[in-house]
Amino acid sequence: MTTNTTANAIIGAGTGATRTKGWSPRTESILRVVAPVTLGIIVLAIWQFLVTVGGVSDYLLPSPTSIMAELVAYWPAVVSATVLTGTNSLLGLLVGSLLGIILAAVAARWRIADQMSAPIIAALAVVPIVALAPVLNSMFGADSQFGRQAIAAIASFVPIFINTLRGFRQTRPVHRDLMKAYAASSGQMLRSLTLPTARPFILTGIRIASSLAVISALVAEYFGGPRGGLGSLIATSAASSAYSRAWAYVGASIALGLLFYLATLALERLVLRRVPTGGSR
Amino acid sequence: MSDQIPTTTPAADTMTTDVSDAAVAVRGLNKQFQTASGIVHALEGIDLTVEAGEFVSLIGPSGCGKSTLMRLIADLDVPTSGELTVFGKTATQARLDQDYGIAFQQAGLLPWRTVAANVALPLELHGVASAARRTRVADLLEMVGLTEFADRFPDQLSGGMQQRVAIARSLAEQPRLLLMDEPFGALDEMTREKMQTDLVRIAADTGAAVVFVTHSIPEAVFLSDRVVVMSPRPGRISDIIPMRLDAADGREERDDDLREASSFFEMVTEVREALHGGASDAENPAPRAARGVDTR
Repeated sequence: MTTNTTANAIIGAGTGATRTKGWSPRTESILRVVAPVTLGIIVLAIWQFLVTVGGVSDYLLPSPTSIMAELVAYWPAVVSATVLTGTNSLLGLLVGSLLGIILAAVAARWRIADQMSAPIIAALAVVPIVALAPVLNSMFGADSQFGRQAIAAIASFVPIFINTLRGFRQTRPVHRDLMKAYAASSGQMLRSLTLPTARPFILTGIRIASSLAVISALVAEYFGGPRGGLGSLIATSAASSAYSRAWAYVGASIALGLLFYLATLALERLVLRRVPTGGSR
Repeated sequence: MSDQIPTTTPAADTMTTDVSDAAVAVRGLNKQFQTASGIVHALEGIDLTVEAGEFVSLIGPSGCGKSTLMRLIADLDVPTSGELTVFGKTATQARLDQDYGIAFQQAGLLPWRTVAANVALPLELHGVASAARRTRVADLLEMVGLTEFADRFPDQLSGGMQQRVAIARSLAEQPRLLLMDEPFGALDEMTREKMQTDLVRIAADTGAAVVFVTHSIPEAVFLSDRVVVMSPRPGRISDIIPMRLDAADGREERDDDLREASSFFEMVTEVREALHGGASDAENPAPRAARGVDTR
């Protein structure tokens, strides 16, 4: 049958699409890992060289080996601090995501809600959220983690809300007509059409928010509240001139941020893997 | 139902038959759109009856309101005035009762659902049990010849195959009325002819009435019991031509041989002249086809 063979040819062309030039795919995937690792090692080597041979003061810039030594020596503290800050960030991210998605659904459904919330969202988007930290700390008490979690939640709320709202507006007229022709209820409409259409946008929002949640939870620790998180340990280490230790905590913060980013990226890939990006006609 | 004799003259159409028998009954229908440049009369004084099991094509140049008329029957838009019933009910009630199946010019498949899940969508929305759903979807995919593509995603199919999925979906609930808005408009000529032959067979098998919007004269002639010729600005019905095709007493008899029969060409000519009559004045007496109409 003519149409079938045509379609097979199209599918064949799609999967068989080859790179126009350069290395084989295998070499390229190896290079993708090897190249940045090599650069990292070179940078560390130059850093170490500058400090030990070049005579840069250890106060100014601790050497990679001394940072490593501190990391090993304070490993239990580093781990517990990372877990504490990570928990705050994760809770904030989860609450922020839920709120962002739900409120975006409300704003998409009722135009008045959108118009009412627009100035608040704009304000939240431009105000540095961590500036709220001292206020929240005094509101909820100096021994509560709640202020930090709230800050992480507000920071992640904004990109998720904005992206989700945009996603909710991507439904195509032909799909809306179809759902109306099927007399679909508004709940069915949301489940079968609006949410799946918005899914890539929501996931992008969560990925952007994941880094923001970690940064906000961490920076919020600089402004008081209970000790023990990565942020407060960086601050106290630096204050007591233990620069190598401060750098060790900074390294752990980078790892935590990366973990969040990679986890949400993996989630995005996983969910969208089976969703073709090309539009259907 | 499919062997029901179509009304033979436009005049007969305006005589009130038992309205509840008719698939679609339209009386004095008007539709106006409010635009920035004023009111547009999309449809004016439309009278039309589509009997149960009858295949009626709406043809006319762009802007004649043929798609608007179909959207009004589907209750996707609301008429400004006039009377419109579907199986004796209001259009809204007919939509809520799921009395019709619909297919658009764009297949409108949901890209995150497989072919099978797309066909199952209406069944799912209306609470059909999953076992019954699976059987029905398998039957439908076999009917449109896409069984082996059940687990593919829409963007892995050609345009023609996507449109066949959309047609399978429109037939999912065995509607007594099929509304189709240029469903083959975006297809190449060969796929299109095959789809037309398939549609004639499917419509005959299911006994459904069909309202088919097209801008292709041969397509309308090949498919229809009656062709409704419309003219633009304001959208009006200028003629209703019953198809007399010697080769085809019953619709199921229509096949590719018909496309070469002399009666087919006579009907094509008749529709073409009706379109021309509605579209131009005496100053331009003998153009072969109205502008904006595909004469392939």
